[in-house]
Formats: sequence, structure tokens, C-alpha cells
Amino acid sequence: MTDQAQLLPGTLDLLILRAVALGPLHGYGILLRIGQISGNALLIEQGALYPGLFRLVRQGLLKATWGTSDNNRRAKFYELTATGRKRLREETANWNRLVAAITSALAVQPEEV
Amino acid sequence: MNLFASLRFRIATLFQRSQMNAEIEEELRSHIQHRADDLETSGMARTEAERRARIEFGGQERVREEVHQALGGNFFDTLVQDVRLSLRVLRKSPGFTLVAVLTLALAIGANAVVFAILDALILRPLNVPHANSLWAIERGSSKAINHSYPDYLDLRDRNRSFEDLAAYNVTGVGLDTGNNPSSAWILETTGNYFDALGAQPYLGRFFHASDEHGPNSAPYIVLTHAFWHTHFQDDRGVVGRVVQLNKHPFTILGVAAPEFRGTLTFLSPDFWVPLVNQEQVEGANVLNDRSNRGILMVLGHLKPGVTPAQAISDLNSVGAYLEKSYPKDDGNMTFALTRPGLAGDWLGGPMRGFLTGLMLLAGLILLAACANLGSLFAARAADRSREVALRLALGSKRTRILRTLFTEALVISLVGGAVGLWGSVALLRELRVWQPLPTAPISLPVNPDVNVYLVALLLALVSGFLFGAVPMRQVLRTNPYEVVKLGSSGRTGRRITVRDLLLVMQIAICAVLVTSSMVAVRGLMRSLHSNFGFEPTNATLLETSLSMSGYSGDNVPIMQKRMIDALETIPGVKSVGSIDRLPLYYGANSSNVFSDKAADLRPANAAAEAVLYNISPEYFDAARTTLLAGRSFSWHDDKNSPRVAVVNREFTRKLFGSVSNALAGDYKMPDGTRIQVVGIVEDGKYGSLAENPQPAMFLPVLQSPSSQTTLVVRSNRDQQQLVAAMRNKVTELDAGLPFTIRTWTQELESALFPSRMATLALGVLGVMGAMLSITGIFGMAAYSVSKRLRELGIRIALGGQRREVLQAALGRAFKLLAFGSAAGLLLGILASRVLASIVYQATPRDPLVLAGVILVMSLLGLVATWIPARRALSINPMILLRDE
Repeated sequence: MTDQAQLLPGTLDLLILRAVALGPLHGYGILLRIGQISGNALLIEQGALYPGLFRLVRQGLLKATWGTSDNNRRAKFYELTATGRKRLREETANWNRLVAAITSALAVQPEEV
Repeated sequence: MNLFASLRFRIATLFQRSQMNAEIEEELRSHIQHRADDLETSGMARTEAERRARIEFGGQERVREEVHQALGGNFFDTLVQDVRLSLRVLRKSPGFTLVAVLTLALAIGANAVVFAILDALILRPLNVPHANSLWAIERGSSKAINHSYPDYLDLRDRNRSFEDLAAYNVTGVGLDTGNNPSSAWILETTGNYFDALGAQPYLGRFFHASDEHGPNSAPYIVLTHAFWHTHFQDDRGVVGRVVQLNKHPFTILGVAAPEFRGTLTFLSPDFWVPLVNQEQVEGANVLNDRSNRGILMVLGHLKPGVTPAQAISDLNSVGAYLEKSYPKDDGNMTFALTRPGLAGDWLGGPMRGFLTGLMLLAGLILLAACANLGSLFAARAADRSREVALRLALGSKRTRILRTLFTEALVISLVGGAVGLWGSVALLRELRVWQPLPTAPISLPVNPDVNVYLVALLLALVSGFLFGAVPMRQVLRTNPYEVVKLGSSGRTGRRITVRDLLLVMQIAICAVLVTSSMVAVRGLMRSLHSNFGFEPTNATLLETSLSMSGYSGDNVPIMQKRMIDALETIPGVKSVGSIDRLPLYYGANSSNVFSDKAADLRPANAAAEAVLYNISPEYFDAARTTLLAGRSFSWHDDKNSPRVAVVNREFTRKLFGSVSNALAGDYKMPDGTRIQVVGIVEDGKYGSLAENPQPAMFLPVLQSPSSQTTLVVRSNRDQQQLVAAMRNKVTELDAGLPFTIRTWTQELESALFPSRMATLALGVLGVMGAMLSITGIFGMAAYSVSKRLRELGIRIALGGQRREVLQAALGRAFKLLAFGSAAGLLLGILASRVLASIVYQATPRDPLVLAGVILVMSLLGLVATWIPARRALSINPMILLRDE
């Protein structure tokens, strides 16, 4: 567990959107998917997921419907709305710019200044 | 999201909360089941898997909380939650809650009542259009508001500042609408009165200036809405009806609107009659007499754009003209403006002062209550420091904890405010219909309206925040680690804290109230037993106005003599005398008097202004006024014999220097009449109980007739039998004469009314202040004992004496009490100077008052510290040390 990284504030929403972009998922499924796509490198508390999910639904980025899971259990499935898809694109671009900027900033050597 | 949508969403989430909770719960359950499924497939037993899944997931309650927060619906939610929590916490300590709510209810209720009265009498303008530009005219340095009719005409016609000037008088008349003579209170007004004020009729029409054509030319009546309602049962056919007013036919023209009840806030007259009919209404016409200042008030609207200062200088130039043109009658004709509602400054000034003072005291009471509750809250917060620390340690935010504390304070203050308001509205309803005096239509137009509700709400909120803020610092400073480790903050502050200051202030306020109410009560008691210059016990009064029954001129004294003779035949009656207007009864008539040597009889040369009474020869005997020298009148002192007078001691001092010089001496009236002093009587009270000795003269009714008649009947007979016999005798003489009978003691109620009210108000506030002090001192003492239990226990264990233990436990409380009392006593003595103008002989330099205040304050301290002291003494060190 110790080699798992803490999430940066605000990145959980981005991860949720990304996870759901690959197909409708219920809450636990989203958790597993994030673990899978991040190579289990991120630490996410199970409960911490839900406030984010409700917020994204409230913002109209996700759509929630009750259905039946593969385990034959009742579950709430989330999928991206059109706005959600658009937001995911924007946020991904933002993130990339940020990462590039910070990476290059950190990579600067003393003699380059 | 716009504001409205957001609000709607918040309210919707508030109501959908339980539905949401169910959904969240189901979703979380589903989550845990899925996780358990996974764990099961990895080889775990089902029950173990579910247990693991739940443990991994953690607190579901917190997730639910965070979901709600994420949805932004948390303001109302948290509020509802906080209120629920507060109610739960408060229910756990019902004693504290009850004390807190009652304290606030009393304090806020008192403020609401005082404010409502202040609003009704002072803040709210008269119910006429453009009340802001409506002013009454005051005259001279004494700020008199009465004027003579000729002066009024000059002021009205010569000023350039007022749109119009109207004038009126208050008087009583006999009204007969069929076969039921009764007396009524009316405003006698100039014809332009309604037009000048801008009032509109509710029914029929008003009278106008064009209706006046000389004396007795306008026999018209305009009814107030209230009188129309009670005496004519809202009969719309009343317009045009002819009724008998003092046996003269008058036509009812119309009814005024319900909200217009004349131009005095505290008086509710029955109807209006034109002043030109004064002779029919009052029995005599003085409208041509410039020296008779019998017009109660002159008032009008300023023209647009004219400032009061401009109007005053305009009026003063008219005054200068009057002084020059009529030097004999008019002196000191400078003017000022005042608001008409309280009859000018002579009544309005003290009333305004007293009510403002009362409001201030009520505010202080509320402040004391807040100080009190603040201390209680601080003590509670300290007792709950462990709970607070625990909540902080578990991750609760400080703001959230403060929020709960504030919610608690606000819940208490709002509940207290609501209870207080409820009580005050009930009281105000009573006050509204209350007729304090049987003899005059005095009433308080209090109206528990939106203003009062707003003030109560505002006070509740402000006080909630005030006392809720006291423990704030305590919470902000709490260090959870320290508190949990130590048990409680073991510090016993020796410094002077804010709480101590609050307590001293509160005790001082209480002492002020106790001092001033004691001063008032003592003054009132003294005034009840002081020398009035007459003896009210065992005297019964029969009051009538002979003009109401059509008597005038020489018929008046004849009828008076017949009534006196008839009443004297009642068995058990010792003596009967008549006087035109009783002393201490709504101001007396007065006249300038001049020394016999004076040649120039202008007002400025007057030797004194003396109160004037017209009496029958038997009056002094019936009233038990002591004759110091000379003789009283006889029925031979009539128009054919020389003019004579009986004067009081103060009159002789002012005009003759001494009693012995005065007897058989002469003085002059403003019209030049020489009057000889034949007797001298003791000084009495004439205008008010609080006045200094005033010169007074008594004139024989045969030489100076007056249709106003009050018969003083002295008898030891049973009151009821006597009244019945008097009624019979007078009805035998004239069945159509309206009259009232009451005892002189009852009559004095009106003279004592202001001081009674002042005493009552101060007494009520004083008791409230005392109660607050008791709870305040109690709270402080109990708190300091409970804080220092361990120290006291050790003292006892080491063999400390009871006295030492008590001193350690309560010394501080007593020190604060002594300090606060001393400050309060000092302030109270200063405040009593104001009181002296309302309550007769109210002096703080009274050993009884001083001793009383000290006694009361010590008693308060004793009562308040009794329980904490018992607790301190009953400490069992063994149990205490074992506990720790």
C-alpha cells in the first residue's frame, strides 16, 4: 500500500470521467476500473468516490440509471453525457498542459537558467 | 444557477433528504455486496467477506454527509441538523433552558412593551396627512401652549408661514340623544380645523370656516368613529339628526374616519363642536377676551419650503406687533414650535424624558440578561470542553462547533423572544382598552403592530448573537490534546475577566433600578400622606356643569345654593361646599395679580400669578382647609358688597410679605378690580403634587360665578347610602342635570396617576433587575465553586475553617457584588433627580432608601450564593480526591 500515490485534489473527478468514458459502470466497478487503468498506483478510499459521483451527476456530466450488474445484483450505473464527454476532453487537455509545464519546470538544470 | 433556482433546489433537497438517504444507502449496500462478492471468489466465507467489505468501506454516515455537502444543499440541512442538535442538548438540561428562555422572555417582553408605548406616544406622528409639517405654537419662556382667541385670530391672519392655523379646546358637555342625559368629552374647534389638518370624513361632512357666522351660529356636531360605533351602533342614518347638547339643539353633520381621533395622542374625545358656539357649550363666551388664554392649542401645517426657524421668526414679528398693540393683555409674546400630539412641552417634555429613560432601562435589563446568559453559556462551554475537545479530535471543524453553539444561543433567544412577544402583545391588548382614569377619556393608542414585532425579533437576534459570542474565544482556544489529557482546563483565572465586568455591570444596573424604584415608592407613600391643603378622606364629590342643563348668569349661584341646601339635609352630612374646579384636577385657572399700588397693569408688572378658585362660603369647612387668620365668606358677600378674597399663605408672602400684613389688605386684578383680603388659609397643592408652594386666591361664588360646579360633601355615613341619597336630592331639583359622584380619594387617583405609573414601571423593572442579578450571581458563584472543587477539597482536608473555605469559594462573588452595588447606588441617586420631576418628594437623600438598597442588595447576594455556599461546605475531600 505504501507505494500508492495520494490523489491530487480535483483529480478524482477526472479519473471518474475517464473510467466511465470506457462504458457504463456502477460505483464499485468504477473503483476497480480506476485501479486497473492506473496500474493500482493510486490510493482511493472506497467511500470517497460517492460524493464525487453525486456531484458529477448534479453537474450534468454523468447520467445515473439503476440496473442489474454482472453479479446479478441491483446497482446504479453511471455513463457519460455529451457535456461530460466534452468536459473530459477539456480537462484531459488541461491536465496534459499542466503536467508538461511542471515536468519541464522540474527538469530544468541550474546552468540552463 | 440563478439565485432562485439555487434556493428552490436547496429547499427541494431539504425535503428530499430522506429519499436521497435511502438511495445513497442502497447504492452503498450494493457497493459493499459487490466487494464482498469479489472477496468471496478469492476464497473467503460469505459472512467474513461481508464483514471485511464493510470494514474496508468505513463509516457510511460520513459518506452520506459528504454527499449532501457535495450537493450544496448543506446550508438548510446543517441548519436543521444544528437546530435538532440544539433542541436535543437543551432538552437534556431543562433547568438551564427554562431559566434562559424565561430571562429572555421577560427582558424582550419588557422592551417590546416599552417600545410599543414609546411608539404610540412619541415616535408615531398624528394620523393626519403630512404630519411632518404639522406644528403647534408655544408661547413665552414658559412654553405655554394656551392662547387667547383674539391672539389666535391675529396669529392666523398675520403669519405668512402656515397654510392655515386651527385652534381647539378640550371640554366636557352634557349630551341628550333622547331621554338619557350623559356627559361626553369633546374638542371645541375652530371652523377650519378639519380643513387645516387635511382630515377626511368617513360619513356625511365636516364643518368648515364658512359655517361660522358669529357666536352660536354653528350648532353642528362631528362624531368620532368610536363614539358613533358605541353610542349610535354604526347607524348611517345619524347624519342630519338633531341632539340636545347642554339643552341646545345641535345637528350631527358626519363621522370622522376611524384612524382620526383628534390631535392629542393620549386622548380619545367623543365628538367635535365649533368653537364659535362656546357660550352654549361652556356656559360663557370668552372669545372676545384677549387676556383669557382659554384656547388649549393653536396648530397648523407649515407651507411647503418654510422651515420651522423661519416660521418662528415670522410668528415673533406678529408677537412684537401684539405686544405693542395690546400692552395690557399681551406680554412676553415670543413663540416656539412643538409637536401637537403631547400637548406641547409641559406634558410632552417629562413624558418624553420618562419614556426614553424607561426605554434605556429596559435596554439595560436586556443587556444584563445577555451578560447573564453569556456567563451561563461560557460556564456550559467550559463544562463541555471535553465534548468540544473530543469533537475537535475526531475531525470536526471549529467553525462547525461554533455554529452549533450559536444555533443553541439563537434557538434560546428566538424562543425567549417569541414567549416575550406573546406576553407583551397580551399586555398591550389590555393597555389598549384600559381607561386609567374614570374622569377623563385618557387612553393609550398602543398597537402591537409590525414595528413591535420587528423590534422584538431584532432584539432576540442581537441578544442571541451577543450571549452566543461570549464562549467563542474559549472554543477557539481549546486544545483538544491538553483538555483530554488534563480532564478540564485546570486554570482558575485570578485576573479580572470580561465575565466579571459583565457581572459588575449587571449588579450595578440592578442597584440603579432598586434605588430608583425605592425612591419612587417612598415618594409616592409620602405624597399619599402629605398635606394637600384639604382632607380627601370622608369627602364625596358631586361634579356637574350647570351650563349643561341650561343655567347661566345669576341662575348659576342660585342653583348652587339650592343644591348645597338640599344635600345638607341628608342625615349624617356634616357640611357641603362648592368649588368650580378641584385642586389637582387638570390644571387650575389662574390670573395675574397686582399690588394695590400698581398703576400700570401690564403683565410684566404683575406681583404674582395666582391660582384662582370660585367657592361657596362652606367650602373650607367641607374640604377641611385650615383657616389661619380672618374669616371665611358668607352668602352676604354678593354683588352688592365690596369684593373680597381668601388667599393662601404663599399669596400673602408674595404680595404682602407676611400673613399679618395681608389681612384687610387690598390687591388688584388685571382688569383693575380692587379686592380685599378677608381671610388666610394654609398652602395646598393646586396644579400637581410635585409643585412648589404656589400663591392661590379663593373668590366667593356670588361675586365671581362659575357654572362649573363640584360639591364637596363631608360625611361619615356609609358611602353607598350617601351616594343614593345625593342622587335623589339632585334629581329632585333638576331631573335633566347630568352629574357624576365619586369620592375625593378616587378623584386623587388622577393626580397620583403619573407617579403611580412611574413607580409601577420602575418597580417592575426593579424586580426584573433583581431576578437577573440573583441568577447572575448564582451562576458565577456556582461556577467558581465547581471549578475549584479540588482546591476547596484540599483546603478542607488540610483542616481549613468553614469561614476560610467560604471566603475562598465566594469572596470574589461578594467583592463583585459590593463593587457593583456601590456603583449602582451612586448612579441611582443621580438618576433620581430626573425622577423628582414626576414623583412627588422623590429624594434619594433618604436614610431609609439608602438602608433599603443596601439591605436588598445584601439579601440578593445571600439568596444567590446560598446554594453554592452549601455545596462548597459539603465537599467531602475523600470522595473528591478519589474521583480525580
